[in-house]
Amino acid sequence: MADGKTAMSTPVIEVNNVVKHYGSVIALSGVSMKVSQGEVLCLLGDNGAGKSTLIKTLSGVVRPTSGDFLVEGKPVAFNSPRDALDAGIATVYQDLAMIPLMSITRNFFMGREPLKGIPPFRHIDFKHCNAVTHEEMRKIGIDIRDPNQAVGTLSGGERQCVAIARAVYFGAKVLILDEPTSALGVAQTSMVLKYIHQVQQKGLGVIFITHNVRHAYAVGSRFTVLNRGKTLGTCAKGEISIDELQNMMAGGKELQTLSDELGGTI
Amino acid sequence: MAQIEQQTTVAAKPDERIRQVGFLTHMMRRPELGAVAGLVMVVVFFFFAADPSMFSLSGLMTILAPASQLGILAIAASLLMIGGEFDLSIGSMVAFTGLIFGALLTNFGQPLWISIVFTLMLAAVMGAVNGQIVIRTRLPSFIVTLAFLFILRGLTLVGLKWATGGSTQLRGIEDVVGDGLLRQVFSGVAFQPLFNWLAEHDLIEKFDNGVPKVAGVPVSVLWFVGITGAATWMLLRTRVGNWIFAAGGDPVAARNSGVPVDRVKTGLFALTACAAALVAIITVLDAGSTDARRGFQKEFEAIIAAVIGGSLLTGGYGSAIGAFFGAIIFGLVSIGLTYTQFDSDWFQVFLGSMLLLAVLFNNFIRRKVTGER
Repeated sequence: MADGKTAMSTPVIEVNNVVKHYGSVIALSGVSMKVSQGEVLCLLGDNGAGKSTLIKTLSGVVRPTSGDFLVEGKPVAFNSPRDALDAGIATVYQDLAMIPLMSITRNFFMGREPLKGIPPFRHIDFKHCNAVTHEEMRKIGIDIRDPNQAVGTLSGGERQCVAIARAVYFGAKVLILDEPTSALGVAQTSMVLKYIHQVQQKGLGVIFITHNVRHAYAVGSRFTVLNRGKTLGTCAKGEISIDELQNMMAGGKELQTLSDELGGTI
Repeated sequence: MAQIEQQTTVAAKPDERIRQVGFLTHMMRRPELGAVAGLVMVVVFFFFAADPSMFSLSGLMTILAPASQLGILAIAASLLMIGGEFDLSIGSMVAFTGLIFGALLTNFGQPLWISIVFTLMLAAVMGAVNGQIVIRTRLPSFIVTLAFLFILRGLTLVGLKWATGGSTQLRGIEDVVGDGLLRQVFSGVAFQPLFNWLAEHDLIEKFDNGVPKVAGVPVSVLWFVGITGAATWMLLRTRVGNWIFAAGGDPVAARNSGVPVDRVKTGLFALTACAAALVAIITVLDAGSTDARRGFQKEFEAIIAAVIGGSLLTGGYGSAIGAFFGAIIFGLVSIGLTYTQFDSDWFQVFLGSMLLLAVLFNNFIRRKVTGER
């Protein structure tokens, strides 16, 4: 697709030959990928392929053992998730995005509360916070009655959307979504996928981690497949069919055989 | 296909449910609701069961004085609980800081202000040490502070015998303190002129010689109210407050969002220890002495008051106002029983039942708020 081609010019994030060892365990043995503005890069891979380690590297949780990590063409080394956030890389984790007992507003502004007043009486500008939260929720089509209601009252899909909206609002250039749809039902999945598409239209780069090929194929511009800590390959959407992608991800033959046995339902 | 249909209905269901309970949840979102309901229940009970003198001015002051001392601890304990940790060493901390404070005044002959500042600073450092141990070892704070419960209680005994030459009570603080302005901030009663004026005009009870039966409001009550106000404002309006909720609600999510969870928790431990030191200073100055049993079992009473006040044991939810009411309920029940026909031995039965009720109620509320099934 057109997205895939224009994207080639300015990668927001580019990693080349990234290696990560945990003691004697080689989690990543040379992974390369890049993502540009306005494209959704799907990172596919079965369990143990190294997806989590790659995200942790990109989001500043762990430091790579070796390899190049470029943000907008400049080499970076993150020491903490905060560094990654400041560089415009926001990560939305599957279960760990929101605190259920806290209100939507408090969650939305967590860690970045706007203050007013003079010390020692500085306090959070809740009027502003509530207005912004309400407006941002309206934009993504979640009609909340009261931004002070607890996040726990939202559905899983809505929570993911709030977390994404938060990252977008605070100026993320790249969004890393860690299996945002894996715990969701069909309706909620489509809600999240729709929102990912919307974010892409805004010109953000999105790294969408999943092991569900259908979800990936629905929104992805390009697909990078990981296997056993290595990049197996990267394809643009037009170049590969959904079945080929599935086979590539699962390591080919065995799954094809299984699929035939089960009448093509995988 | 059947599976797909099922998923769709499950996904669509929560929406309708939220709309339905929306108003109810709104009403019950305040964590202190349970404590207010409990307070009403307890007051109604004593209104019928107790001697009317319980609700006279002097009766209320008799209740408020111990309630306020417990309340200062309960509010700190409740902040710490919201932040996701416990401190079982506050009772022993009251005894230990009481010893330090008393020894500074008598054995070392320090002026009052130096003794107060040093006691508070030492408490803050010890609280921070508690916090750092919990954070660095990732052990439950329950166990770490349980160890400190015994360590501090033991140190208090050892220290008292050293300071007094063998006794478990340190006396003579009255004589060395004097009667300055600073002392009035931490001990005695406030608003005396007002109460005298009220007595003159027959607005409050007085003795035959014209002296009001209640000389004033104990300063500990003023501290209690002030701390409740400050803690509530901090929790609900400031950035630190938001961080406390976040640290207790889900430390990993909070950290991912850039909240300095470890610093928040360490600060809370220091704050709790300072609250214990404040109570120690107030009680030592009021009594003019300190002993090894100061603050005995106060850690449990403070946690009970915090739980009655709506704080969840699992953290992330609660309020300072709730702890305020929790402490008053505690005072009402413990003192109030002496105004009734009931034997005061019933106190602990009453307290345990209250705690159980509060926990059940809190659990119910939490499910409502978070939409858990």
